[in-house]
Amino acid sequence: MTTTATSEVISLRGITKAFPGVIANDDVSLDILSGQVHCLLGENGAGKSTLISILAGMQQPDSGSVSIGGSVVDISSPKVAVDLGIGVVHQHSTLVPAFTVLENLMLGESGVMLDKKRATERLGELADLLGVEIDPHALTADLGLGQQQQVEIAKAMWKGSRLLVLDEPTSMLTPQAIEHLGESIERVKERGLAVVLITHKLREAYAMGDCVTILRAGRNVGHISVEELAAYSEQQAQDAILAAMFGDDLAAGGGADAVSDLEEAAELAGATAATREIPAIDFDSRPVRLELRDVSSKGGGRDIEAEGVSLTVREGEILGIAGIDGHGQGALSELVAGQRSASSGTVLFDGDDITRTGVRSRQQLGVRYVTDDRLHEGTVGSMSVALNLVIKRIGQAPFWRFGRIQPKAVDTEAVRLIDEYGIRTPSPATRAGTLSGGNIQKILLARELTNGARLVVVNKPTYGLDLKTVHLVRELLIDFAAGGGSVLLLSTDLDELIELSHRIEVISRGRLVGGVVNDGVGTAEKVGHYMTGAIEGTD
Amino acid sequence: MSDMLTAAFVTVFIATVISQAMPLMLAAVGETIGEQAGVLNLGIEGVMLIGAYTGFVVTLTTGDFWIGMLAGAVGGIVANLAMLVLNVWLGLNQIVIGLAVTLIGEGITSVLYLQNYTTSPTSLGAQPKLAIPGLGDIPVIGPSLFQQSGIFWVCIILILGLAFGLARTNWGLSTRSAGQKPSSLDAAGGNVMRTRSIAVLLSGALVGLGGAYLALLTTATFSPMLTNGLGFIAIVITMLSRGRILVVMITSLVYGLAVAIGPALQVIGFTVPADIIKMLPFIIVIVMLIVFARSSVVPPALGTPYTRGAR
Repeated sequence: MTTTATSEVISLRGITKAFPGVIANDDVSLDILSGQVHCLLGENGAGKSTLISILAGMQQPDSGSVSIGGSVVDISSPKVAVDLGIGVVHQHSTLVPAFTVLENLMLGESGVMLDKKRATERLGELADLLGVEIDPHALTADLGLGQQQQVEIAKAMWKGSRLLVLDEPTSMLTPQAIEHLGESIERVKERGLAVVLITHKLREAYAMGDCVTILRAGRNVGHISVEELAAYSEQQAQDAILAAMFGDDLAAGGGADAVSDLEEAAELAGATAATREIPAIDFDSRPVRLELRDVSSKGGGRDIEAEGVSLTVREGEILGIAGIDGHGQGALSELVAGQRSASSGTVLFDGDDITRTGVRSRQQLGVRYVTDDRLHEGTVGSMSVALNLVIKRIGQAPFWRFGRIQPKAVDTEAVRLIDEYGIRTPSPATRAGTLSGGNIQKILLARELTNGARLVVVNKPTYGLDLKTVHLVRELLIDFAAGGGSVLLLSTDLDELIELSHRIEVISRGRLVGGVVNDGVGTAEKVGHYMTGAIEGTD
Repeated sequence: MSDMLTAAFVTVFIATVISQAMPLMLAAVGETIGEQAGVLNLGIEGVMLIGAYTGFVVTLTTGDFWIGMLAGAVGGIVANLAMLVLNVWLGLNQIVIGLAVTLIGEGITSVLYLQNYTTSPTSLGAQPKLAIPGLGDIPVIGPSLFQQSGIFWVCIILILGLAFGLARTNWGLSTRSAGQKPSSLDAAGGNVMRTRSIAVLLSGALVGLGGAYLALLTTATFSPMLTNGLGFIAIVITMLSRGRILVVMITSLVYGLAVAIGPALQVIGFTVPADIIKMLPFIIVIVMLIVFARSSVVPPALGTPYTRGAR
């Protein structure tokens, strides 16, 4: 270790935290040094976020201790964490959208009056330190995600942090914003703060981190020290990390399989920039499956509506829609699915006008929709897996006859789909809500991709899933398109869009602001350019 | 007819507007503070009645309006303790508890009143006026506005103070964040439970004051169901005002105007059926709802109990 006299150590020793049915952290120990970026790597559900909640005072460990500079501290609440100088940028924004930047930063201050003057000064200091510009009076909801994150970092460092924790900070950023973030982290590190960077992408860990700790199933399964990481080539570092991340799974493969598994794992873990492997197909000669002509949506008014959207999806084509979360993706997908009505424009499906066609009729035509809200809108948690699989065919034979449900027919269909899609459930009668997120997503896909599906709208299909299911879901979509189906893929994950889509359109504030043919070269930058230009305005 | 619009007439009119608007204003400001902190209080009608009844009894016993008002506030706080424990601390359904508090408030005050005072309607008499030197001598506005009881001025100062507090102090910012996104307040080192508790008790005090004002100053007596839906009108006004206390004040005055205009029309000589006049305030509320309901915005976390770590 390069521990110098001045550097301070934050030590976690034997942290264990169990939730009903799952051990999130199992005897995790690690040292965080000031002036270093410590990367925490691991899959979804590996226990990274729980560990951070414990550091942030949001959760109490069942056993184990945290000490700073040798003395044990009890982080019993977020306030204690703040007072200890532990600043956390959570994965989900903790900013109040209806407040101005300044109000958000002043939240939690002591004293009677709001001291705007002092807060503005402090923001100025932090903005200089981070190398960013933040308008203190802007409404938080009006900021782009990159800027919101800058505010979050400023907030985390508000009380002169000794430790800055960033939980999956890059997951929703454009490539340009990620670069910017990297520079900010570098500046924070130079100030002598310790930084913990949580990610599930290998190349980020290598690019930004000084040392790496890998978590799997709640346990610390590997550490790469500063010296080791510096000595490794990128490939060596990758191999070491992957071996720890997927250790048993890879070993089980054995022989020649292990090599391809390793490559696959590397791809899944975002070791390299995503590329499009499928050769470009000339879609111009294919028939148009879905066409939107200048369509605007009209919904409840709570979220952003689609405005003047024109697009075409051809047979066998995957059209990706990139954009920051909440920029009209929900409206656009519901518009195509028929769940939201169009206030103007025309929706054509196989050349027929379906603008005024209802949800059920569209389904029968072959228009399907996999919602991003898979737990609430997508499935009924208290109903069985079998019923969830046929729920969109209520009243149709053979599952319903004379208004009565036919359990045998439902079960037969359910067993077929469960087998075909590899849904891991104890039985078709199990309540859907008890399954894992990945298996619930499989239920949705099994329901939507079969029985005459011709076009499927998928919104954030892999959000929050484990790597294996992510891979499976992507394969399913690729296969569906290869079989002549059309896919409208809405996602906030740029890598996913580049891996799957033939073309990518960028949505911003409900409008399509630019399109890119995904021919492999510099697609990310081009898409990022449209996203940045549309959202951040000036830079 | 124009000779009816004398100084004396206008003076009485303005005084009526104010005395009708004040109970509603106090209650709606109280509701606003609760809602800004994320606690929906549908029990406000019951809390007002409890405040009105305690204020009435204490004033009758002590003969002091100031102590009566204070008792009204305390009654409101006690009534809101139910909301505090069941909603904020235990996280039960705020709508159910709110409606229960309304029913309890209506029932208990009616029973107690009929038990103790049924024989003759008891009037509290008029509260001495506080004439503000100089301003009180202005014609029309002087006697109507600047010769109000001292209680009126204390209430106005209290409301303006709260408006200032919500906008400019750390307490106000914490309170608003508890209704917008309690997890943000928690992550920032604030205490969601304490913030909401303070807001609920403060809200109870104001609603209780509103009830007491109604009994002590507006009607100078108590009768069962005295509030007659005023609490629910306060909820409507709160939602339409989007947490802006100055808007609450103005809408309350509009309501006061609606109540006062009926008798005034009769004085002027318009023969309007009494039923229509009684309906007028409610018609105005309904019209306000139809016109402005689309723009009503409630805090996102309103009615949602907070548990740390739950998303």
